[in-house]
Amino acid sequence: MNLQSEFLGIKSPNPFWLASAPPTDKEYNVRRAFEAGWGGVVWKTLGLDPHIVNVNGPRYGAVWGPDRRLLGMNNIELITDRPLQINLDEIKIIKRDYPDRAVIVSLMVPCEEDCWKSILPKVDETEADGLELNFGCPHGMSERGMGSAVGQVPDYIEMVTRWVKSNTRMPVIVKLTPNITDIRYPARAAFKGGADAVSLINTVASIVSVNLDTFSPEPSIDGKGTHGGYCGPAVKPIALNLVSQIARDPEMQNKDISGIGGVTTWRDAAEFLALGAGNVQVCTAAMTYGFGIISELTSGLSNWMRKKEINSVSEIVGKAIPNVTDWQYLNLNHVTKAQIDQDLCIKCGRCYAVCEDTSHQAISKTINGERGFEVIDEECVACNMCINVCPVENCITMRDLETGEVDKRTGQKVSDEYANWTTHPNNPSSVKAAE
Amino acid sequence: MSNTKLSPGIVSARLSEEDYSNNFSDAYPGFSNYEAKVEADRCYFCYDAPCISACPTEINIPLFIRQISTEMEEEAAKTIFDQNILGGMCARVCPTETLCEEACVREAAEGKPVKIGRLQRYATDATMNSNIHPYSRDGSNGKKIAVIGSGPAGLACSHRLAMLGYDVEIFESKSKAGGLNEYGIATYKSVDNFASKEIDWLLKIGGIKINFNKTLGTDFSIDELRKSFDAVFIGCGLQDTNKISIHTGSEQFVEDAVDFIADLRQVNDFSSLPIGRNVVVIGGGMTAIDAAVQSQLLGAEKVTIIYRRNLDNMSASQKEQNNATSKGVKIIANAIPTAIEKENNIHKLKLSYTEVDNETGQLKELNQTFSIEADQIFCAIGQKFNNLLDVFQSKRGKIVIDNDGKTSVKNVWAGGDCVDKGEDLTVSAVAQGRDAAQAIHKSIISK
Ligand SMILES: Cc1cc2nc3c(=O)[nH]c(=O)nc-3n(C[C@H](O)[C@H](O)[C@H](O)COP(=O)(O)OP(=O)(O)OC[C@H]3O[C@@H](n4cnc5c(N)ncnc54)[C@H](O)[C@@H]3O)c2cc1C
Ligand SMILES: Cc1cc2nc3c(=O)[nH]c(=O)nc-3n(C[C@H](O)[C@H](O)[C@H](O)COP(=O)(O)O)c2cc1C
Ligand code: SF4
Ligand code: SF4
Ligand code: SF4
Repeated sequence: MNLQSEFLGIKSPNPFWLASAPPTDKEYNVRRAFEAGWGGVVWKTLGLDPHIVNVNGPRYGAVWGPDRRLLGMNNIELITDRPLQINLDEIKIIKRDYPDRAVIVSLMVPCEEDCWKSILPKVDETEADGLELNFGCPHGMSERGMGSAVGQVPDYIEMVTRWVKSNTRMPVIVKLTPNITDIRYPARAAFKGGADAVSLINTVASIVSVNLDTFSPEPSIDGKGTHGGYCGPAVKPIALNLVSQIARDPEMQNKDISGIGGVTTWRDAAEFLALGAGNVQVCTAAMTYGFGIISELTSGLSNWMRKKEINSVSEIVGKAIPNVTDWQYLNLNHVTKAQIDQDLCIKCGRCYAVCEDTSHQAISKTINGERGFEVIDEECVACNMCINVCPVENCITMRDLETGEVDKRTGQKVSDEYANWTTHPNNPSSVKAAE
Repeated sequence: MSNTKLSPGIVSARLSEEDYSNNFSDAYPGFSNYEAKVEADRCYFCYDAPCISACPTEINIPLFIRQISTEMEEEAAKTIFDQNILGGMCARVCPTETLCEEACVREAAEGKPVKIGRLQRYATDATMNSNIHPYSRDGSNGKKIAVIGSGPAGLACSHRLAMLGYDVEIFESKSKAGGLNEYGIATYKSVDNFASKEIDWLLKIGGIKINFNKTLGTDFSIDELRKSFDAVFIGCGLQDTNKISIHTGSEQFVEDAVDFIADLRQVNDFSSLPIGRNVVVIGGGMTAIDAAVQSQLLGAEKVTIIYRRNLDNMSASQKEQNNATSKGVKIIANAIPTAIEKENNIHKLKLSYTEVDNETGQLKELNQTFSIEADQIFCAIGQKFNNLLDVFQSKRGKIVIDNDGKTSVKNVWAGGDCVDKGEDLTVSAVAQGRDAAQAIHKSIISK
């Protein structure tokens, strides 16, 4: 399967780019990433000299799942801590050696036009494929008026993007921060300023843990901590939602989006694409498992595309968007019931505990007087919570009630008509509309 | 020169010192912190968890496992000890495959139950190693209780009573406490003197006095005890064993497996214990398995268990049987010994095959016979009561108790192996001892 991807006219052999972060920090890493098969890189964010410094204590905090699987990570690392020219020289060499891969340069300089004017020609010389403006970093740089300090003010985004666009020949991607109330405003501002695409998300402002002996947030530097940026599998749901909001926005139809945030497997990538991302960027997964995961990502995506008879990556882009709607348009006449497959049930009783204590008392704990768990159709509101907690996959499923079948909870026959909240009698605005 | 596995007859020092220490080291060493957390994560925290009711002491298993996963080992241990003060020993010796772990929903789901016993050991070890005793008593309530026997039943009963404020006196016929925890449990299940350390730890509650070398029936009678104590608990276990006699001339050739195991438990230097080159163990329970396995570990060349019925009738669990065969023990089912003969200076045990009559259910001896070499034969066909029983109403050779653990004799309760209830297991003895203590307390305060 050909995974060839084209984003803003930038070609790469697959839609998997490494996000701007330690994996793309230097020639040594990027060379090996490309040898492993990555389609592109967004170079670790460059700034003006004198280069910044990082803390000399720990930079990362973590949230682990069972068996120390890394579910979420936060970091207090800043942008590159190497001199600008070294980075530029290396970028040039890399682009020369890997002409078929995407090489994007991430930038973050102070909010003054002169700063941009001075750095952009130097970046142009590297012959890289494009620029990404880091308006997302939520720690350290934001205190200096950069990163998310820009990304949180749509007017600044627009202004800086415009400066950049008028001083470069390259396509410009604006990387957005999720640390805002409504992602559409910064995204619209970026496009207004002339951005060719947006990428999201950068990390989520976070404190991952507090040491209960020292009472310091972690990672702890000499007894003190600060908020960091959260990323990895835990942030994927946030990122998916934000990507879809931009993709659905009537003001931003057909705008290019690079999806970032928690991409760990081919499946995550396919989901981002389906919600409107033109490609994906990966950071934490590579930092957790190394560059080798690219083989799983590419083979998994190809395999799935083959099975779905999808011939190119671009066909996936936005495929799920028509199905993303607002709550008020969901069909209230669609009735489902949980049902338990007794052959698969191992009788742990978790569904009972959750339904009894926190949901709708719709599961009984005995069947013919013996331990056993069964859904009480008269009570089940189909909330799905039992399925969330059942340890056996597919043991509890949701059955769609047929048209004409009686919902035992309401006593009403299931109608095949679509009816949503906007027309529901309990909706005060709908009643008003009817008058 | 020291001996080898092949040295004929019954001799000591068949193995190197290193082999002995490997063979008798901890069979299932404790979990590391990391292993414990990974295993604890496997527990589903079931509703009305089936593992709880499968534990004779009804430990709140999902709760203690959740406490382990949140790094609260001490609280986890407290959850265990609340129900089972010998939770440390039980974690080592319970046949979990027929108790809690058999009932674990993950056993049904995937044949891999949560390793409850090993998690229990992890939690209890943590607390006991740091010498924390999580209970105290408010001082004496002035009532005195006599406890016969310092096995698991007697200890569990005494601890609970002491906690409730009673002054407890234990009468123990041996010079060491612990009952079969000290004299019966296989060496590799309870290493480093765990049994006696556990008792020292348990006695920290205070209010318990142990009188050693004092035997009920010999040194004093039940009636004497009833006069000077407010209540009596009998936890005397089973003092005698069933015997088989196989003679060579006038000499009884068969040794008692329980005695052999007791010697093993008390010895410091395993190389000093003589063992046969060819050992035969007769029986089908935990004692037979333990005697056979430990013979093998002492350096016997060939060890055979002879059991008279089908394999699936053996009371030793499948896991115990597998443990034995994995150590090299051979199990021959459907056979009974008939005689011993000496050929060319080698003893041979003659056996007959057996069959169960489908109609009557009776065991029939068949005409087919065979023989195996046997330098040493251990008999492990069950323990029984001595003459103490006469005072009590009894059934199947054991004391009858009611639902409160009360015997037919006024103010006398009983529990453990000596009663006709529950399985003969450490954990059952603990449950019955604990419950009898509560019943005694209830009876005394209601007076
Ligand atoms: C070889 C062997 C291996 C075993 N392995 C296991 C195992 O792995 N797991 C398991 O769960 N169970 C095992 N068991 C069973 C378990 O040991 C017993 O079920 C348990 O010890 C019973 O406890 P108890 O307190 O009733 O009796 P005991 O442990 O027998 O204690 C009785 C105590 O009373 C004392 N006593 C007896 N008569 C008198 C008297 N007249 N006056 C004063 N004191 C007296 C005895 O000296 C002894 O100390 C094993 C048993 C044997 C024999
Ligand atoms: C240690 C670390 C350093 C990062 N540095 C940068 C950076 O310099 N510039 C940038 O735009 N994003 C930076 N990011 C954010 C990532 O590029 C990415 O947006 C984020 O981690 C979410 O993707 P993920 O869930 O795949 O990690 C950094 C992330 C991490 C973990
Ligand atoms: S949660 Fe699933 S496996 Fe457990 S009792 Fe309910 S249906 Fe059965
Ligand atoms: S005491 Fe024994 S049966 Fe009970 S939970 Fe512990 S190991 Fe299982
Ligand atoms: S049955 Fe198994 S999974 Fe369920 S609570 Fe008990 S140990 Fe945990």
